[in-house]
Amino acid sequence: MKRIISLGLFILATIGLNAQSYQIGDKAADFKLKNVDGKYVSLSDYKDAKGFIVIFTCNHCPFSVAYEDRIIKLDRKYKTKGFPVIAINPNDPELFESDSFENMIKRSNKKGFTFPYLIDETQDVYRKYGATKTPHVFILSTKNGKHTVEYIGAIDNNYKGADQATKHYIKDAVDALLQNKKPMVTTTKAIGCSIKSK
Amino acid sequence: MKFSVQFFLLILLLSTTKLVEAQEIKTYNFNELEPLFHYQNDTTYVINFWAMWCKPCVEELPYFEAIRKDYADKKIKVILVSLDFGKNLEERLNKFRKLRKVNAEIVVLDDPDADTWIRKVDEKWDGAIPATIIYKNDKKEVFTRQVSYKELAESIDKMNHQSN
Repeated sequence: MKRIISLGLFILATIGLNAQSYQIGDKAADFKLKNVDGKYVSLSDYKDAKGFIVIFTCNHCPFSVAYEDRIIKLDRKYKTKGFPVIAINPNDPELFESDSFENMIKRSNKKGFTFPYLIDETQDVYRKYGATKTPHVFILSTKNGKHTVEYIGAIDNNYKGADQATKHYIKDAVDALLQNKKPMVTTTKAIGCSIKSK
Repeated sequence: MKFSVQFFLLILLLSTTKLVEAQEIKTYNFNELEPLFHYQNDTTYVINFWAMWCKPCVEELPYFEAIRKDYADKKIKVILVSLDFGKNLEERLNKFRKLRKVNAEIVVLDDPDADTWIRKVDEKWDGAIPATIIYKNDKKEVFTRQVSYKELAESIDKMNHQSN
């Protein structure tokens, strides 16, 4: 009996650990989050999408800001090919005023974001995905309404400038997926701002 | 008389030079900085990754200052690795350091190819700052989040205790 209980606990603990963050190959959950235009956005709204470039990002983080123009370019390039960018601000605005919904609207308008910029009000989505910082990218491939995690990590290998980057992780991963191939590089690390939660 | 004035000026010059020297902030790439993470001696190294714009990082800086003072009689070295970037960085860091009364050594890590070097710092770290590495020889503890004074002190004590 004791053994069964401890086995049960072990299984629960393992499930608990896995639930902490997505790994490559996991099925990613859909969400319904408020966009800067006031409307709610879900992955299931995109009927023709082959996948998504989900980027946890925000206003206050200099690394996020450094990548804004590159995120717009990626969205422009891949939206029409079936891989739109979905940006999500995971920070608690009470801890970071510049990441408030109002300031998200301002930033989106000022930069002319071509993609939805969603607020993770309950902070459940970033926790479910296992995002730890901004910017933090999750590339999903979509088949029959199911979203598979194909890549987790950085946008490219140089925050200082697109022209200085020598590895373009998102581009390479999405290009591979568009050819029905698996990305060569599936996880990368980058410096980012830790996500603020209470 | 003339001699003593010259002597005074010399002393003044030496002391100001020393002052400037103490505030010099060097910039490294990871290859240059890497030995810092692998010293084999009787010193406990407390290495904090931070940036001036990073709120939780700035919040915990006083704990590192307090550690430096409270462990002044122990072999402890606190190094603050700044990941700031942009124009006039050294000047901005020096201003910040004065304002916040930070006396620990500050170095700048300027190495954008983070995917390569983050793994070398620690496998568990995914690059979110703040992050702190405490090590003495082969004993190591890593905090991939904000730390408290108590956590720093306990970690340092544990390392010193284990080696006795």
